[in-house]
Amino acid sequence: MEFVDVKELRFLNRVEWIGSMATGYAIRRNLYLDSVFLMQVAKRLSEEPGIEQVAALMGTEKNKRLLVGMGFENTEILSAGPNDLIIALKGKSPSSVNAILDNVDAWLLRKPSGLDKSVSRTLDQALVRQPHANLIVISVPGDYAASEARRALERGLNVFMFSSNVPVEDELSLKRYARERGLIVMGPDCGTAIIAGVGVGFSNIVRRGPIGVIGAMGTGLQEFTTLVHQSGSGISHAIGTGSRDLLDAIGGISTLSALEALEADPQTEVIALLSKPPGAKTLVLLVERINLCIKPVVTCFLGIRKYPSEMDIRFRTTHTLDEAAALATQMAVGKPAVRTAIGDQELKTLVARERARMTPEQKYIRGIFAGGTFCYQAQQVMRDAGLVVHSNAPLDGMPGLADPLRSVEHTLVDIGADEFTQARPHPMIDATLRRERILAEAQDPQVAVLLLDFVLGYNASPDPVGDLLGTIAEAKLTASQRGGFLSVAASVCGTERDPQHFQEQIRALEEAGVVVLPSSAQAALFSRMLALSLQA
Amino acid sequence: MKTELEELLQNGPVVINLGVREFAESLQGQGVEVVHVDWAPPAGGDTEMAELLDKLL
Repeated sequence: MEFVDVKELRFLNRVEWIGSMATGYAIRRNLYLDSVFLMQVAKRLSEEPGIEQVAALMGTEKNKRLLVGMGFENTEILSAGPNDLIIALKGKSPSSVNAILDNVDAWLLRKPSGLDKSVSRTLDQALVRQPHANLIVISVPGDYAASEARRALERGLNVFMFSSNVPVEDELSLKRYARERGLIVMGPDCGTAIIAGVGVGFSNIVRRGPIGVIGAMGTGLQEFTTLVHQSGSGISHAIGTGSRDLLDAIGGISTLSALEALEADPQTEVIALLSKPPGAKTLVLLVERINLCIKPVVTCFLGIRKYPSEMDIRFRTTHTLDEAAALATQMAVGKPAVRTAIGDQELKTLVARERARMTPEQKYIRGIFAGGTFCYQAQQVMRDAGLVVHSNAPLDGMPGLADPLRSVEHTLVDIGADEFTQARPHPMIDATLRRERILAEAQDPQVAVLLLDFVLGYNASPDPVGDLLGTIAEAKLTASQRGGFLSVAASVCGTERDPQHFQEQIRALEEAGVVVLPSSAQAALFSRMLALSLQA
Repeated sequence: MKTELEELLQNGPVVINLGVREFAESLQGQGVEVVHVDWAPPAGGDTEMAELLDKLL
């Protein structure tokens, strides 16, 4: 490995800044580190004294454009390649920047793990070590993901593709190739799967049981599987398909493969299918196939306006993830063993309690979501009552946000959307983006309720609630200092088996004065009732 | 005859992980057999060269 240390320090005086910033950078040639690790490095560096801004990126064209946008531009950075690591910093003083650059390699070391004994350099080397492999998990940059997936399919592996930014024509070709060979491509842009009790990607620890679920929505799968667990039943398998699978451009190839596999699977008695509205042609095809299925199928197409007709008694449509989980549980084990929804009267009491201390000008809902599905489902809940909400990821018929950074009236924001997460960690891993947004919303005296989601499970933040508790307290204080009261409604997607201690997460929120509802749909419903009561 | 996907569901996953190391670590923590590939862009990140190599190999 060649180490070319290019370190430079200079002052920039830019009119839009207050004062001056020291900027510096280091480049390590031929040192490739994955983006999740680099984001952790950047986060740790940003917490160092005197450091204002950090980027830790591989030198791809896209990343270099980002760096230029952040004000890092010089010939060394521009000449770096995709295998060259760039650390770029802005700080209050040259000494704070230099303190890091002098010792930059120490920041790039990983903690040793049990994995070190089983690391290979190539796929074929890995297959020699593990000839019985039946699944590959791919999370390399989108430009490379399709060719790696193709290579894996040719070697008989099923594919879980976390990578996004894969062209739709590559997705189609990979999925066709897989289907012809009895394999599946879960993804691209697939975050969640549970295969025979094993959680892959972002997933929760749930009881095993008779319900198999297919989802084109990552947090949707997490919510469904945890709600089934809370209801007293369990999951045979949860199969992600990637968000585009049911668009007509793909035609539901992976969904159909998953449906057939669950139909043949002896552990699965009831099948659920979760998605945004499928393409028109794909919906027809899918309904035909569902009607032929020998096992009951519960569907939930969030945001759909016209439901597919239930031509067969075994085929049932539902409106929310809660309904889907409750119905699937009921079909699998009779009545759900545990009540997961709170009653209408209880909701009304909560609404009355929360609105009592509000000022007359408080009226708007601001949803700040980590889970894209939750943002989408909440919009549906609002639409059902005729509320118009703005979003950066709008539901069909809802207005988009002109500027994703600025809320307008009722606004629900998906902080995990691409416009927020370019070279920034996803809000399920790092709460920084949500913290900033919550504090910005608290400045608006017309805001009545903040609607939040917390997602537990493998690969999520070790303490999602703890990450935001201080911010929630600060936001509530801001509102009370101007004579108002900020209501905060939240749901926690998880189970008591998850590593983050589900009950403690809920208790911490309740102690902070947050109204915690048993699901994201119910948190949205509570916010809707509160907003409607303030309107009246 | 079972498909490869049906076999996966029946037998559970034996995994090769390509990319983010945390995914391999969380699988290993669940007792799953995982081999992690320490991936880097092929052909030094030169996409044209990588495509050419893809065709040749």
